[in-house]
Amino acid sequence: MRMPAPIRLRELIRTIRTARTQAEEREMIQKECAAIRSSFREEDNTYRCRNVAKLLYMHMLGYPAHFGQLECLKLIASQKFTDKRIGYLGAMLLLDERQDVHLLMTNCIKNDLNHSTQYVQGLALCTLGCMGSSEMCRDLAGEVEKLLKTSNSYLRKKAALCAVHVIRKVPELMEMFLPATKNLLSEKNHGVLHTSVVLLTEMCERSPDMLSHFRKLVPQLVRILKNLIMSGYSPEHDVSGISDPFLQVRILRLLRILGKGDDDSSEAMNDILAQVATNTETSKNVGNAILYETVLTIMDIKSESGLRVLAINILGRFLLNNDKNIRYVALTSLLKTVQTDHNAVQRHRSTIVDCLKDLDVSIKRRAMELSFALVNGNNIRGMMKELLYFLDSCDPDFKADCASGIFLAAEKYAPSKRWHIDTIMRVLTTAGSYVRDDSVPNLIQLITNSVEMHAYTVQRLYKALLDDISQQPLVQVASWCIGEYGDLLVSGQCEEEEPIQVSEDEVLDVLEGLLVSNLSTPVTRGYSLTAIMKLSTRFSSLNRIKKVVSIYGSSIDVELQQRAVEYNALFKKYDHMRPALLERMPIMEKTATNGPSETVQTNGETDSTILDTKHLPSISQPASQANDLLDLLGGNDVVPIIQTTVPTKPASAGGELLDLLGDLSLTGGPTPTPASSVPMSQPPFLLDGLTSQPLFNDIAAVIPPMTAYNKNGLIIEFTFERSNPNPNIAVITIHATNSTEADMTEFVFQAAVPKTFQLQLLSPSSNVVPAFNQGSVTQVIRVLNPQKQQLRMRIKLTYTHKGSPVQDLAEVNNFPPQSWQ
Amino acid sequence: MIKFLLMVNKQGQTRLSRYYEQVELGKRASLEADVVRGCLARRKEECSFVEFKDYKLVYRQYAALFIVVGITENENELSIYELVHNFVEVLDKYFSRVTLTAQDLPALHRQCLQLFQEPCSVRIHRFKVLPGQDAMIPGWWLGLGWVKDELGLGVFIKATH
Repeated sequence: MRMPAPIRLRELIRTIRTARTQAEEREMIQKECAAIRSSFREEDNTYRCRNVAKLLYMHMLGYPAHFGQLECLKLIASQKFTDKRIGYLGAMLLLDERQDVHLLMTNCIKNDLNHSTQYVQGLALCTLGCMGSSEMCRDLAGEVEKLLKTSNSYLRKKAALCAVHVIRKVPELMEMFLPATKNLLSEKNHGVLHTSVVLLTEMCERSPDMLSHFRKLVPQLVRILKNLIMSGYSPEHDVSGISDPFLQVRILRLLRILGKGDDDSSEAMNDILAQVATNTETSKNVGNAILYETVLTIMDIKSESGLRVLAINILGRFLLNNDKNIRYVALTSLLKTVQTDHNAVQRHRSTIVDCLKDLDVSIKRRAMELSFALVNGNNIRGMMKELLYFLDSCDPDFKADCASGIFLAAEKYAPSKRWHIDTIMRVLTTAGSYVRDDSVPNLIQLITNSVEMHAYTVQRLYKALLDDISQQPLVQVASWCIGEYGDLLVSGQCEEEEPIQVSEDEVLDVLEGLLVSNLSTPVTRGYSLTAIMKLSTRFSSLNRIKKVVSIYGSSIDVELQQRAVEYNALFKKYDHMRPALLERMPIMEKTATNGPSETVQTNGETDSTILDTKHLPSISQPASQANDLLDLLGGNDVVPIIQTTVPTKPASAGGELLDLLGDLSLTGGPTPTPASSVPMSQPPFLLDGLTSQPLFNDIAAVIPPMTAYNKNGLIIEFTFERSNPNPNIAVITIHATNSTEADMTEFVFQAAVPKTFQLQLLSPSSNVVPAFNQGSVTQVIRVLNPQKQQLRMRIKLTYTHKGSPVQDLAEVNNFPPQSWQ
Repeated sequence: MIKFLLMVNKQGQTRLSRYYEQVELGKRASLEADVVRGCLARRKEECSFVEFKDYKLVYRQYAALFIVVGITENENELSIYELVHNFVEVLDKYFSRVTLTAQDLPALHRQCLQLFQEPCSVRIHRFKVLPGQDAMIPGWWLGLGWVKDELGLGVFIKATH
């Protein structure tokens, strides 16, 4: 039974448009696809064209259409022009070099490139230039080159574009097209001119040799451009009063490439660029597009300074334009040039700052970036005012970047410390929650170092706290300051402004309020608890503080609990140490956050190690990767990490503990415990030993090595050395060897010591223990043993052996007495 | 370099899409949806250039139709903006003023081809289409006219400046 004639494309489109739901549409498409498929099977020549057209439409809607690929080829091979047309279109849309089918087209295209009708030739050129693969291009490049030299401008322009594609696919063929380019620019036809310029641009971009070769064309290009500008109205090429602006833009771009870095070419273009810049009509978008391209060209080539100033002035004029597109474009270009032509851009500063108030998001962002680039010592006060105003009113997406930018600018150009602190306060109060996390420690450092401003700062921060406790960075900085300088606050010593009257109880009220408030994050609570503690040496209301601290000893928040318990212990057992521990912070050096090699005052919470084990609750740390390790420790006698900055994240405490025990060095990363001041007379830490002394000293006390672990073919030996100058530190080197027949990969050695010790693990030599004792993994452990107690250690080993993971725990108790006495 | 050209209606349905670099079919739908969302959400005061992923979009609205062009960094945005308008004017001229009910897809593609040949924009001459002067119009355009008649459809786009 003969099928009814397939429906036309427009019927299909109409039908599909009536579908109400996606499912309905899919159903219709499937039905039609089935019909098309059966029609293809019947090898129906009459309607193939129609069917493929429908298929292309369905493809555009997103449905698979691969079964039409061969049909496209059949259409291309047909003699009818209409068939060929749809066939080539289909090939361009459906085929690409990933399908093997496409190679079958090569012959067809070759024939069509030599067809008698130029439109067929045109189709072939188009298709080749659109989806031709490298093989096809290689085969057909000769034909394309031939057509590039023809006098038929219709074909010539298409051939030029095809050549661009060929060059992109097979760059080696570039030379082949060189002779044909000789008289491309002498064409009158704009289409040919345009595509020729595109071809030349492509060649110059790809090959520096071509670039130098084509430099001689600059005068010709200049002439063409001049004709375009000076010629009268030409209806064929007119767009809103300008003659072929697209060609003008193309030529300007090519001139840019040719003039870059070359004095002679740049010289030759100077006049025409000035002419274009001054003569172009700017009332419509077209003119502005040309001016934009001109400005870009002027900035890129070696133009004389007068021309550059002209360019920047054009950009300045753009900024005043009502059209937002043009303002956007101007800001983008100014951003690119602000580094090189800083002074010229400065002249337009006020306009740029006005753009901060624009409604468009992209324009605001550009204006903000540009403003930061323009800030310098002279305009800092004015600019900062504008930027702070902007910070107040801008979208949340901007606030973080703006705040960081303001901090950076303030740091570089602050005219006075008071201004600096005021600015920071302003940022914290307006955008406090968007400020980046690392700015809190930076600010604290800044405040610490501005000694004379302490009273003023703490007063302002206190007042800010009274207003609003929701912005965490602000609250954190404020509580830290109150903890440090609370005595100045209460005594009303402020010189810079009117001192406020506040009593100790009021201050404690505020801090306690932070502890209970729902708005405070755990980090903030930690800050305020520590602040309250510090005030115990600065205030006289000791009982109240003791009470608060003891309440939090049973807090659900583990972090808070730990601190409270430790502070409690400080009150009870170590009260004599309390004043020393909670002393004022010394001025901090601005250093990087890690590196034990930095000479930094120690200000970790050191008291934890000295505290007796029994008083610390053996609660487990927040579930994290450090959990298992801490089980080894049987508690949390974390060795303090020497740090330079105030910690901000107790939530990652577990991670830091792990780092401590497994890492290369004592990093300066945040600890779970807050910074409290420690006078310099503290017992030296592992750190001191590490900085300047060699790890192993020459006077090796003869301590016999021992085998710590021997199981399943893995043997771990310890060798000892005493570290000079600190006799309390024992340096142990572990040697791990593997006598089995398979390597042990991903080998990780972890160790933990009782609370009275401190441990430091350096990084291992490798994490593969080779089989058959062919080598060993070594790792250095340093143990501080101030109380000269018997050294005990628990070790944990993990590795992969023969594909399966192995884990083992062991106790090492057989340390030779010399290692710890 | 032009990456793609899209014509979408206000409901976000793609009316025409033309890609100048390889984008898989599955990814096209999501790309188009993202692009459309980015452009439709723009308010009147905002400029026509959107920073999208690692390239830019230039869009222009004509009544119920949005034309979006994705371009790379080195392209002159204002020039592309102008080109879009040029494209629309050409379509307007060649399809006369027939109401938009469906689109003559193949013909549109061909137009696309002529104006946006390859990844660079090439402008061709706009022949003045004068009725009764078919002799002026080369056979190709006649072919176009013929296709138009067969399908009886065209595109009506009212330019809003």
